Amino acid sequence: MRKDIILSGVGGQGILSIAIILAEAAMHEGFNVKQAEVHGMSVRGSEVHSNLRISSLPIFSDLISKGTADLILSLEPLEMLRYLPYISKEGWVVANSAPIKDLIHYPDIEEVLEDLAALPHIILVDADRIAGEQGLILASNMVILGAAATLLELEDETLRQAIRNHFENKGEDIVEMNLEAYRLGREVIVNQSAL
Amino acid sequence: MSEKLLLLEDQAIALGALHAGISGVYAYPGSPATEITEYIQQSPVSVKRNVYSDWCTNEKTAMEAALEVSYVGKRSLVCMKHVGLNVAADAFINSAITGTHGGLVVVAVDDPSMHSSQNEQDSRFYGKFALVPIFEPSSQQEAYDMVRAAFDLSEQVMLPVLVRLTTRMAHSRAIIRTRPAREQNRLSFPEDRGRWLLLPSHARRRYNVLLAQQASLGKASEESPFNRYAEGSDKGIIACGIAYNYLMEAFDGKCDRTILKISQYPLPGKQIRQMMHSCREILVLEDGQPFVEEQLRGVLDESGKIKGRLSGEIPRAGELTPDQVKTALGVLPEIGYETCPDLVPRPPAFCDGCGHKEVYEILNTVIRDYPDAKVFSDIGCYTLGGLPPLRAIDSCVDMGASIPMAKGAADAGLYPSLAVIGDSTFTHSGITGLLDAVNSKSNLTVLISDNLTTAMTGGQPSAGTGKIEDICRGLGVEPDHLHVIVPTDQNRQQIETLIRCEIAYNGVSVIIPRRECVLMLQRKNKPARA
Repeated sequence: MRKDIILSGVGGQGILSIAIILAEAAMHEGFNVKQAEVHGMSVRGSEVHSNLRISSLPIFSDLISKGTADLILSLEPLEMLRYLPYISKEGWVVANSAPIKDLIHYPDIEEVLEDLAALPHIILVDADRIAGEQGLILASNMVILGAAATLLELEDETLRQAIRNHFENKGEDIVEMNLEAYRLGREVIVNQSAL
Repeated sequence: MSEKLLLLEDQAIALGALHAGISGVYAYPGSPATEITEYIQQSPVSVKRNVYSDWCTNEKTAMEAALEVSYVGKRSLVCMKHVGLNVAADAFINSAITGTHGGLVVVAVDDPSMHSSQNEQDSRFYGKFALVPIFEPSSQQEAYDMVRAAFDLSEQVMLPVLVRLTTRMAHSRAIIRTRPAREQNRLSFPEDRGRWLLLPSHARRRYNVLLAQQASLGKASEESPFNRYAEGSDKGIIACGIAYNYLMEAFDGKCDRTILKISQYPLPGKQIRQMMHSCREILVLEDGQPFVEEQLRGVLDESGKIKGRLSGEIPRAGELTPDQVKTALGVLPEIGYETCPDLVPRPPAFCDGCGHKEVYEILNTVIRDYPDAKVFSDIGCYTLGGLPPLRAIDSCVDMGASIPMAKGAADAGLYPSLAVIGDSTFTHSGITGLLDAVNSKSNLTVLISDNLTTAMTGGQPSAGTGKIEDICRGLGVEPDHLHVIVPTDQNRQQIETLIRCEIAYNGVSVIIPRRECVLMLQRKNKPARA
């Protein structure tokens, strides 16, 4: 098994939480893991991305080469397009369709979504709406994680445990909120039976 | 007992140091090195072992304190971003002359491609300059193991050891297997008292000792388990640190060429000569500046045999990437999608409700009336004031530069000359500049924008909190021209008037706009979010 995953989004959306949860889950299932991230100034609203590599064989590079990623998981539609050259022709994209528009010239969102929809293997999820309807807006990142999880060979139970571990020190309410958002994301895909 | 942990390379360094028995870590925050010290601060091992881990005022005080931990026989770690080593350089270079007693390891994290820095200087040059051993890990596990080896080597050769990382791996997690922790050293003192007293006569003797050690340091590199030579075809590759991973990645772990992996310096001369002898070309892969390539080529080599950044196989500037390495090796890249044209960038921006932003908005209104005004600024969140739409500052060069630059401009006849500096940068290296300005009665207006934290690096305590006015008064800033204000919309009119008055005053004025960083406020007031 080998999965090269690029995660992208905007600072503050919780992209690194997803990356760490996936990495922890993969480690607990006995896989090798490398997870590189770009942050630093990112806390101040700029783009954040992470390269996550999971493999049953040794992993050498911390970075994913262009044209080879198996999955791009994006919390923001425009931020997905930034990493387009990295996805392999067979690769999948799971992206949040809700934009974060606090840019001076954010492009027409309809055009961005059209560009995304033109990709052969894409799942667009309105994570902000799904999470928002259940009062879980702060956990919309977990909706995307739940949706993407269906494409990964990681056990549901391992992922739930990794989510639990990640939020444990923030209290049981936060843990439950994130688990619920994760479940909703997973459900979207299962119900669509898109795969 | 061995544990399996998922750690950033920064954290692997931290844990490796704790397990190597450090008694203290000394550092000033700076991306991409901040996480090393933070990990030690939060580790239960530090608490149990009473490891010192408070932040220092700057990298120089950090280096000096760590050297004295070494003097009394204990192990200490110093961490900084690459440009921090410029600040610590005086102490660092001289620590190789005094030599060490307890193990002393200096970690410098370089930032090729300048993800959050002003230059991409390569710290290996500093190690060579100081004539000390340098370690450069190629994996997180190696980083963990290497710190222990670096402390052992430091105590063996009685020199500080430099560990050089780069951003990419510093901020990348992998699985680490730990080793049993070693005890801390007991208090002990060096036998030779004279070597710590660098009077010229002692320093000359010590420098000769250091020079005489160089051959054995070279031999240590040649015999190091971190440097590996694998005989293959007549095409040679030297891969340093993370470059080794990119090389292995390009060939999926099976490379038929002759390979020298370098993770310990000075350069392993024996293996390099062997490669020179048996290969018709040598490709040097290294992240950062062409440190190895340049040493191999010198100015006399015209053979064209040595390739790398200088010969154009790898781009001269910027971070090394696996795709660049593939191209240089002639491995065909995968064909994916084209880059999306005209994607708007998403630059970092001020947070909503940031006090710095308010300061700049007020300042912009005021200086509209002074067409010659220049605003010299500094390093921190407030450097974002240089971006549109504010465009409020004219310079940002290095930590603490704002006040001396404003002084220089004022001395040369500029009026009005203003400086904007943050609280943590002010105590890091702004104080001496302000003293210069006070002593020369230069005509400038200084704004110390105080958000009560070191915000840019994630909100570490700021050394001057609660002391800024006292520091300014102590330096001789006149009480009538020292003001503390709260930068809010409702105080705007009053602050504008104050700035105008102080611009009109012929001398040094200091205005301290003070409002807590909004992110820190949120962190205090709200339960953490996802």
